[in-house]
Amino acid sequence: MATVEARGVSKSYQGRTVLASLDLDMGEAELICLLGPSGCGKTTLLRIIAGFITPDTGTVHVGGRDVTALPPAARKMGMVFQAYSLFPNMTALDNVRFGPRVAGQAKTEQVKRAGELLDLVGLAQHRDKYPHQMSGGQQQRVALARALAVRPDVLLLDEPLSALDAKVRLQLREEIRRIQRETKVTTVLVTHDQEEALSISDRVAVMNGGKLLQVATPSVIYRQPADAFVARFIGLAGILPGVAEGAAVRMSNGTILPADAAVAHQSGRSVEMFLRPEHVRLQRMNGHVPPGALAADVQEATFLGSLTRVRLRLPELPDHAGLWADMPSEHAADFAPGQRVTAHWHETSPHVIAVEAAQAS
Amino acid sequence: MRRFGLAGWTVLGLAGLYFIVPLLMTVSFSLWQGHGNYGFDAYRSLLARPNLLPSLIVSIELGLATCAAIVLLLAPAMIFMHLYAPKLRPVFEFIAALPFVVPAIALVAGLSVLFTGPDWLIGTPFYLTIPYFFLALPYAYRAIDVGIRAIDLTTLTEAGQSLGASLGQIIRMVVLPSLRPALIGSMLLSFAVVMGEFTFANVLLFHTFAVLINEVGQNAPTEAAALSTLSFLITWGAMLGVLMVGRGNAQLGGAR
Repeated sequence: MATVEARGVSKSYQGRTVLASLDLDMGEAELICLLGPSGCGKTTLLRIIAGFITPDTGTVHVGGRDVTALPPAARKMGMVFQAYSLFPNMTALDNVRFGPRVAGQAKTEQVKRAGELLDLVGLAQHRDKYPHQMSGGQQQRVALARALAVRPDVLLLDEPLSALDAKVRLQLREEIRRIQRETKVTTVLVTHDQEEALSISDRVAVMNGGKLLQVATPSVIYRQPADAFVARFIGLAGILPGVAEGAAVRMSNGTILPADAAVAHQSGRSVEMFLRPEHVRLQRMNGHVPPGALAADVQEATFLGSLTRVRLRLPELPDHAGLWADMPSEHAADFAPGQRVTAHWHETSPHVIAVEAAQAS
Repeated sequence: MRRFGLAGWTVLGLAGLYFIVPLLMTVSFSLWQGHGNYGFDAYRSLLARPNLLPSLIVSIELGLATCAAIVLLLAPAMIFMHLYAPKLRPVFEFIAALPFVVPAIALVAGLSVLFTGPDWLIGTPFYLTIPYFFLALPYAYRAIDVGIRAIDLTTLTEAGQSLGASLGQIIRMVVLPSLRPALIGSMLLSFAVVMGEFTFANVLLFHTFAVLINEVGQNAPTEAAALSTLSFLITWGAMLGVLMVGRGNAQLGGAR
């Protein structure tokens, strides 16, 4: 295990900036997810850390050692790729002992180490199988064992679960976390799946347009997104545009909605109020809208098992305003599409972000 | 599975006849001894010819030399092209297709003018390895290209590098063994091409197996038919090898 520090890393291709002077620090034994939409630069950053791409500017330090100029083979990193990358001419055991073998370890040590790691990933009984005899999930497990066999300072995982079906993906994701905790290897996982990122990371680094927008724990990313992009990208959020007024936000129809006291320092500015579906409460309309609530129409109700997710249209507000509300499914019958309702929430629930910041991202 | 209907069997039968009848006639003619008698006289007199074995050995040697050139020159060039210069792929495709476009007689005319060099090269049949390499290029290129595409060369190379291996180690331990079926396929195809090549050898005055067949055919037609049958068997042996190796190739890559 080792720390990883990327400082001022940038990369452009034919005038197009893929990474823009980016800084990222990782602690020892930390699992950090690079999360973002396609083309945001997350894989480029991972490949720069791995040594497959040379940055235009900036440095990469691993355990305090500058590895920027080192080739991939000299960086002591293990990598699992999105595509199945097991050597097709080798059995699972030979794949796993490849790293120790090229490092010149004694054969007995190679086999012992490979056997231990196949045991760790639950494939000890498949050691003599060739890749074409294994499922995709098994191949990625072997690839993980192979990457760990070199006792890497850093483990790099480039969307290793994206080619797998949902059930295997969930299972393997939990195994990756268990193995990472057991081996205590500093790990970078690239993914565009926010659920995957939030569920297994110590910290999530949200990227967009070649920039790191926020690096924080999953709960902070979800509850206190740094900007409008993060708020929109992570989870589902209702958006209410307005103007900050003290510790509240005035909507375009004059409704004053309560917000956190911290909004006060943005008083007078155009803002967007983000509300998670689990924070929004609904009541059937009984003739009047109480202060701090909004009138809404149920547009759609989606059954999700124990929960039903209700999509709300806000007729008195601009078109891009909207809300979502989650409710126990046993109460969902009261909120069928077309039902007129009032929506309200606790004043600390909304997250308010200035519109300039929202537009900038 | 859909049933193979009467029309399918008819087409298959006609195609089979188209291929098998000339071959049967050749075998039959090679066994003909005149006046309605059949036997192995043509094969016996053929084996008694002093120039049979030397010409067969020359052709086999040329086949092996061409295979060596394919493995030592073409395969590494294609691996490096796929890894480091994928934009050159159309150039490779164009060069590999050239022998199909330029008639053999035009090639040999050009080559006889261009090739000059020391006696040890142009004075021996191994001189033919150079044109034979180009003659076999379309087949060998295609076979190796399919093999390389089947194994995701870039990802395998990067995986090897991330595990601490040098490029040489990766090519030796991973790439070449993974490409073995494709390489064997390309070599067998090249070997079959060389065994049957006549124009270059005849014009450049080298006595290969194909030249011998033509020579024998001038004055002993039944022996020529016997030689053709032998040539068929050698070529088919090579093709059978390609098919058997191809079955191994189908198992590389992908998940179960």
